[in-house]
Amino acid sequence: MNYIFFLLVSISILVGCINGTMQSVVNSMLTACDTAVKISFSLIGIMTFWLGIMRIAEKSGFVQFIAKLIKPITKLIFSDIKNNDKANGDIAMSISANALGLTNAATPIGLKVMQELQEENPKKDTATDTMCMFLGMNTAGFQIIPATVIAVLVGVGAKNPSEIIIPTLIVTTLSFITAIIVALIFKRFWREK
Amino acid sequence: MIAKMSIFILPTIIFVILLTGVIKKVPVYEEFVDGAKDGFKVSISIIPYLVAIIVGISMFKASGAIDIIAVFLGEILTKLGIPVDILPIMITRSLSGSATLGLFSDIATKLGPDSFITKMAAIMVGSSETTFYVLSVYFGSIGIKKFRYALLTGIIADITGIALAVWVAHLFFPASIL
Repeated sequence: MNYIFFLLVSISILVGCINGTMQSVVNSMLTACDTAVKISFSLIGIMTFWLGIMRIAEKSGFVQFIAKLIKPITKLIFSDIKNNDKANGDIAMSISANALGLTNAATPIGLKVMQELQEENPKKDTATDTMCMFLGMNTAGFQIIPATVIAVLVGVGAKNPSEIIIPTLIVTTLSFITAIIVALIFKRFWREK
Repeated sequence: MIAKMSIFILPTIIFVILLTGVIKKVPVYEEFVDGAKDGFKVSISIIPYLVAIIVGISMFKASGAIDIIAVFLGEILTKLGIPVDILPIMITRSLSGSATLGLFSDIATKLGPDSFITKMAAIMVGSSETTFYVLSVYFGSIGIKKFRYALLTGIIADITGIALAVWVAHLFFPASIL
């Protein structure tokens, strides 16, 4: 992450010099700070709401029920947390929310999963294997219906916007599986520097 | 039809959770308020991580560095069956969700909503998440600074996704290639 941050900023400044785009580089830096804060503020409401709903789901045994349902799968993928029903259930809820395209629900639930995983983490500033696996699956963005893309296609007047659903599903499923396999391989062979 | 159905998913989930709570005699209001307390803290804690990643990516976009990469990669991509117009999407889709969507609308408008490139772009955009954003928000919320192999996993999955999208687009929509 250190290198990526350095590269992004320094390349931008360098290219800005050569290209004569320095003015817009500087402007975008200033607006980006603003955007970042706005994003996190816009999360507060929905975050609060879902943390509340999830607490009810937890106390009523709903989360534990979901956890039990998918236990055969999570046992394979998340072998480190097999005895934590709460984390397992929340992971299942988070992935389902993503799959259904419920972005508003997926982020708060996902952040809750991270907090639960952090409780078991001995090194608080370093990611655990489970976190890497969970986020790997998350970044692969498994989604059954790509609602936003279809909305754009409808907006520009495509003849048959739903024809992209099946091909998209194939791609997203395969890259989702790739993420899982890659994370499993890294888990075994990753050596700390 | 699908759009209509998806409106019901969210309320149904909320209803089922509340109903289970009431059946199991959980004091739903008290537990809701208690659980919701952390919402503010969690949201605010991601600000430093978001500022870092969004500033980096916005500056990169504004500098025009992406166009320079596009010129260099253009020839190789054409040989692989990847239209050059799609390159900006390939680069930004792991970096910024709103930029990717903007580029996608742009392609769909300029090249026609039913063109091959639009379809390929649609598959690419619809099958992915913005890796950098997800990692900085999720890790940021719990103060993780060392990501270990999470970023590499995300990037490998993204590249696989791009390659698959190109392949599947050729497979499904061969007729629309001009």
